[in-house]
Amino acid sequence: MTQPIHMALAGNPNAGKTTLFNTLTGARQHVGNYPGITVDYKEGFFTHQNQEINLTDLPGTYSLTAYSVEEVVTRDYLVNEKPQVVINIIDASNLERNLYLSTQFLELGCPLVIALNMIDVAKDRGIAINPETLATLLGVPVAPIIARNGQGTKILIDQAVNQATQQWQPRDISYGEDLDAVIMEMIALITEQQFLTNTYPPRFTAIKYLEHDDQMLQKGQQENSLIATRLEEKVTQISDHLLKTMDAYPEAIIADHRYGFIKSILRQGVQTHSFDTDRLYTSDKIDKILTNRLLGPIFMCMVLFGLYQFTFSWSEIPVSWLESLFGWLGSQAGTLLPEGPVKSMLISGVINGMGGVLGFVPLIMFMFLGIAILEDSGYLARVAFMMDRIFRIFGLHGSSVMPFIISGGIAGGCAVPGVMATRTLRSPKERLATILTVPFMNCGAKVPVIALLIGAFFSENKAMYMFLFTLISWVVALLAAKFLRLTVLKGPATPFVMELPPYRFPTLQGLAIHTWERTWQYIKKAGTVILGISILLWAMMSYPELPATRKADFEQQRQHISAAVTPTILAETTSKSEVVSEEAMTLRHQITVIDRLESEQALRYSMAGRIGLALEPVSTLAGFEWRTNIALVGGFAAKEVIISTLGTAYSMGDVKAEASDSLGQRLTADPNWNKVVAVSALIFIMFYAPCFVTVVCIAKEAGHWGWAVFSVSFNTIFAFLLATAVYQIGIRIG
Amino acid sequence: MPELNLRQMKKDQSGTISSIKVGGELGLRMREMGLVTGTKITIQGRAPLNDPVALRVMGGILTLRNNEADHITVLVDSDD
Repeated sequence: MTQPIHMALAGNPNAGKTTLFNTLTGARQHVGNYPGITVDYKEGFFTHQNQEINLTDLPGTYSLTAYSVEEVVTRDYLVNEKPQVVINIIDASNLERNLYLSTQFLELGCPLVIALNMIDVAKDRGIAINPETLATLLGVPVAPIIARNGQGTKILIDQAVNQATQQWQPRDISYGEDLDAVIMEMIALITEQQFLTNTYPPRFTAIKYLEHDDQMLQKGQQENSLIATRLEEKVTQISDHLLKTMDAYPEAIIADHRYGFIKSILRQGVQTHSFDTDRLYTSDKIDKILTNRLLGPIFMCMVLFGLYQFTFSWSEIPVSWLESLFGWLGSQAGTLLPEGPVKSMLISGVINGMGGVLGFVPLIMFMFLGIAILEDSGYLARVAFMMDRIFRIFGLHGSSVMPFIISGGIAGGCAVPGVMATRTLRSPKERLATILTVPFMNCGAKVPVIALLIGAFFSENKAMYMFLFTLISWVVALLAAKFLRLTVLKGPATPFVMELPPYRFPTLQGLAIHTWERTWQYIKKAGTVILGISILLWAMMSYPELPATRKADFEQQRQHISAAVTPTILAETTSKSEVVSEEAMTLRHQITVIDRLESEQALRYSMAGRIGLALEPVSTLAGFEWRTNIALVGGFAAKEVIISTLGTAYSMGDVKAEASDSLGQRLTADPNWNKVVAVSALIFIMFYAPCFVTVVCIAKEAGHWGWAVFSVSFNTIFAFLLATAVYQIGIRIG
Repeated sequence: MPELNLRQMKKDQSGTISSIKVGGELGLRMREMGLVTGTKITIQGRAPLNDPVALRVMGGILTLRNNEADHITVLVDSDD
């Protein structure tokens, strides 16, 4: 067996990179930690004519400067990992702009193959491209493909395998007399001193210096500050000269020449238009309506509300199936297992805990499917376009919409990929403000809790209330962002140059992969973190046990009332029969009352009960009793735990009677719960500390644990004040 | 053929970029997206709140905020 060939896939966002990656590797891909936005690179494997190929999907970029994290990731990957060949995917209907990135790959010198994607779309638009001429002029193989159906990919991989044997060979592009002269001087100095030559070709380093590339300047200073300073001086000199003589920045001249290079190639018979280039395409016609100043926002609201209806009404049936499955498992375990701590752990800890989480998998899956459709079709970018003006008022950016929506802006996302998606934001301040406020959104873990409470207390109009609570989360998150941008995160706005990709029909494979990846994250979390926490919480709720004397007291009470009836009635009471005499019925009821009292006493006596009780003096201000406190404390670890802990806290003691009651029914029946408490709890759950995984992620993304600590304390205090206000006002107006 | 600031251009008006007077990150972003001197652009439309503006450039659509469009002057095509 030969060595696997190591290839990398790069290209502009929206050029079809993910589609090609999925087509080539199918299911054989390593899913990065938190996918969605392909910032962390994904790896896939496939075999081509007995040759193992290892393909890395790099983040989409327009250029190789170092302004955004994607660009840094791509560039660092190329120079450090040195893949044997780079497949540069290009949108054939937008050749000129896409080739801008290719010119930078040529300058870097990596062995390159160009995948000319969507040649069918280009053809429909009347653009004829001659791939052979393009290949000759660029000096790299060009393969026309249609990534959606895999057409042409065989030839593409053939060419890539051939290119993999090539050495790295930088290409020179001329930047005009003035710059070329300076570049030559800089190259001479760089080569002579072996300055960064292990990582970058000398010419590439020189050009990045001229482009004022921060990352390169920094690396240069670390490598050899003497030479770095000499290079910087040369750059300052030429910049001054160019500004005086041509009124232009060096980076502008570099860009002009790159486009000049591209245009000169395209003019040599590579690209011909058969119709007017300014013609309106189907996508533009759709935009005339969907981003229309009047109809656009109306349509947007309809889409978002439609997504709710779709998710909540269509997922109801599979959710109820899963609920009854877990109910059945619980009752089976109840009859089959012997009494004791193992049984209690399995029913209260594992089955109830996991059931509470896994039962919502269909709902989560429908929501992720809906988001994937909006994302893959190109509609989400229009939402960013239409919302930018509003987001800017709150010190954010149109691109903050994505992280907000992924985190649960349309209810049912996850703050972890949401926080990660903020990497597309370039200003550190807008990015931090987004990172700190996205956890306010109703993520997939909060949705079940919200759905449960709404279902129990506001069952008349579920979708309506759900929509209302989502609106509240948006308003609060935006105001919090504004607050942060006016205080701890003051600073100016960043550029909003953004592309609106043409509308496309999402591919089934793409939708399936997107939906499954995110759903799988949720299931995995349920199977590992949540299972562990459920068992830990069960243990805290069960131990220490009541002292033997108090247990004996309850046993004595039961003995006492049982002794008062005749043996026949007693036998009837303990039998499994549903229809029994009135005396037996009364006895059963009396025993249940004692059982409940005992388990409530036991819960109070347990570790968790003590914590819950200790918090009660404060939490009653917001209307929460000690059992709710236990669940809310568990929610610091993961929001899913809230529902399972509520389930356990309100089910202990209910195992024998009315076991079929759902948690919602139990809460409505509980005297400590009512509509006001429900709203107060909803508000608190929506806005208090992010779950543990998100907190870790915030620390990582913000680059400092201080922000994670800030997020936990700020959110919790804020949420508690809000919940208290709601409760205090609520009970006064009734 | 009058020269106009991009902000003042109306929907469906076309022209050729005559100058972009901005450096730094914003300048770089504009250039890598194809906004360089000599590029033909058409105003595709504006967002519901009049800002940002959407442009048709090199067969794709780009969006810019009005205060960013201020840096760009365009030689507007005559109406015929």
